[in-house]
Amino acid sequence: MRFAILSFPGSSCDEDMVHAVLNIVGEGAEVVNHNQADLKSFDAVILPTGASFGDYLRPGALAQSSPAINSLKEFVKTGKPVLGVGNGFQILVEAGILPGAFLINKDLKFRSGNSTLNVENASTRFTAVYEEGQQITLPFAHHYGNYYVDKETAKQLKADGRIVFTYADDSHDGSVDGIAGVLNVQGNVLGMMPLPERAVEAIIGGTDGLPLFQSIIKNWSENNVSHA
Amino acid sequence: MTKVNVYVTLRESVVDPQGIAAKDALHKLGFDEVGNVRIGRLIELELSGTQAEIEERVKKMCEVLLVNKVIEDYSFEIGEVAGK
Repeated sequence: MRFAILSFPGSSCDEDMVHAVLNIVGEGAEVVNHNQADLKSFDAVILPTGASFGDYLRPGALAQSSPAINSLKEFVKTGKPVLGVGNGFQILVEAGILPGAFLINKDLKFRSGNSTLNVENASTRFTAVYEEGQQITLPFAHHYGNYYVDKETAKQLKADGRIVFTYADDSHDGSVDGIAGVLNVQGNVLGMMPLPERAVEAIIGGTDGLPLFQSIIKNWSENNVSHA
Repeated sequence: MTKVNVYVTLRESVVDPQGIAAKDALHKLGFDEVGNVRIGRLIELELSGTQAEIEERVKKMCEVLLVNKVIEDYSFEIGEVAGK
């Protein structure tokens, strides 16, 4: 399986993502520059965290001017998986690929640490290797982690099973209903603020991020049986 | 070039943590009469075009990039349109 790790000016964790996919999970991964618009040859796209375009205007907003966003929108239509973590989630929201918006953290501070999360939906292609209701620990690091959707949208997201992760502790930073990760309607795009690529090796503090990558690969293998 | 001021404000339904912090600070400084503070953003644009063109283009800029309508509202003022 080939993952494109989409890098924007100011993306800072693209290499962490490559390390997780290539060295730990053992699949193909390469960094694709935001000016290189061609994503067609890849099986999945990941938007890593960082501070794309300096977080100017609103985090994730200016990335819309990159050629890669149009090809990303085309890629989303093909039904292949797209994962955005941290700033990558903010980019997906600003591009209108996922619902909602991000506000500054409730206490106005940049915060980082480990968050305990509930796996709210374990039947998605990103979470099938987790158990429903399982609690996992993933690192987070954000200043604009305060996820906002209006009440109606939150209700709809919940009814549709599109809330994939919620915070089980106080690291929600004000996020509506403690939402930590949401899916698009088609179920092939996941955005999440916690950072699974930082939890793939016991030696650096945990492996709760691994099942997320394994889920994507499992789903892909099931749908591409004869690719050998 | 014509100057346009775009005012971006948080929607009423959205809690403004910066506004709340600023209100608390104003109270501590003795400005007890302050009830509510909301912090927005002023974007100054300089652009060319007729009044009608500017109005249409600025609206589009707001919708496409400058404003996130999920959390923000906007209004704008067009300065004196530069002649000829």
